[in-house]
Amino acid sequence: MTTIEISCVEVWREVSNYIDADISPELRERMEAHFKVCSHCSAVLDGMRNIVGLVADGRLFQTPPGFHKRLYSKIRSRR
Amino acid sequence: MNVPQPQLESTEVQLIGRVCGGEPEAFEELVRPYERMVYLTAISILRNQADAEEVAQDAVLKAFSKLSSFRGECKFSTWLVQITYNEARMRLRKDRRHLYESLDEQQKDPEGDYWPRDFADWRPIPSESLEEDETRQALQDAINSLSPTYREIVVLRDVQNLSIKDAATILGLSEATVKTRLHRARLLLRDALAPGLDGCWSTGQRYQKVRPW
Repeated sequence: MTTIEISCVEVWREVSNYIDADISPELRERMEAHFKVCSHCSAVLDGMRNIVGLVADGRLFQTPPGFHKRLYSKIRSRR
Repeated sequence: MNVPQPQLESTEVQLIGRVCGGEPEAFEELVRPYERMVYLTAISILRNQADAEEVAQDAVLKAFSKLSSFRGECKFSTWLVQITYNEARMRLRKDRRHLYESLDEQQKDPEGDYWPRDFADWRPIPSESLEEDETRQALQDAINSLSPTYREIVVLRDVQNLSIKDAATILGLSEATVKTRLHRARLLLRDALAPGLDGCWSTGQRYQKVRPW
C-alpha cells in the first residue's frame, strides 16, 4: 500500500495534534513518511516536542517560598 | 451533595462532604494537591508574583465559601482553576484594563494560520539544563512573551498538563478552538526559542549561555 504524500503546510497544521497523539492512524503514517524525507518539518517537530517537554517539567515553575504556609494561615483566619 | 458526581474522585466527595458538614479543616486536604495549579493559573495571567499569590489566596477562599454550591458537574480541580482564572482576569481588567485590551486587540484572528519561521536543525535543550537559572529564565520569558490568548492555553495544557476538555471548560471555549490556539502557541514558543539561521538568538548572548554547544 502506498502512503499518500502530504505537504509541508498540512504537516505544520497538524504537528501539535501529532505530538498529542490526537490524529488518525492514516494521517500519522503520512506525517511519519514526510518527516523521514523533510528536514524542515523534522526541525519543526523536534523543536516543538523539546519545548513541550521542558514546559511540562515541574522545575520550570514553582510556587514562591512560603506560599503554602501563607495560604493556609489565610484560610485558617477566615474559617 | 445528592446529585451524581461521575467526575469526582471518591476521596474528594468525602472531603467536600466533611467541609460542608461542619469540618472546615478538611478543606486544606482538599485543596493541597491543587495549590500549585492555582498559583500557576494566576501567574500565567498576571505575570507578577505578588499579584498572583494574592489572587491565588482570594480564589481559594472564594472556593471555600462557595463549596456548598459546587455540584460536581466538572472535576473539583477544574472548578477551582476556573474560579482562579476568573479572579485573575477580573484583577487584570481592574488594574490594567488598557494594557490588556491592547494586547487582546493584536489577536484579530487567534485561530488563523501561523507558519513556523525557523527551519534550522533543532539542537535540543536538555531537560537537565532546567537546573540552570538561565534556561528557566529563557523559557519563562518565552512564555511571557506570548499574548494572554496563547499564554493561558500553554499554562493550562502544557505546564499543568490538563486535558483539552478541561482547558476548554475553564476557558469557556470549544475543544477545537483550544487545539488550534495551543498549536499556534507551541509554534510561537518554538520560534521564540529557535536558534535562528545564524545559530543564535537576536543578541547571540543568552542563546550561547543556554545552549553552549
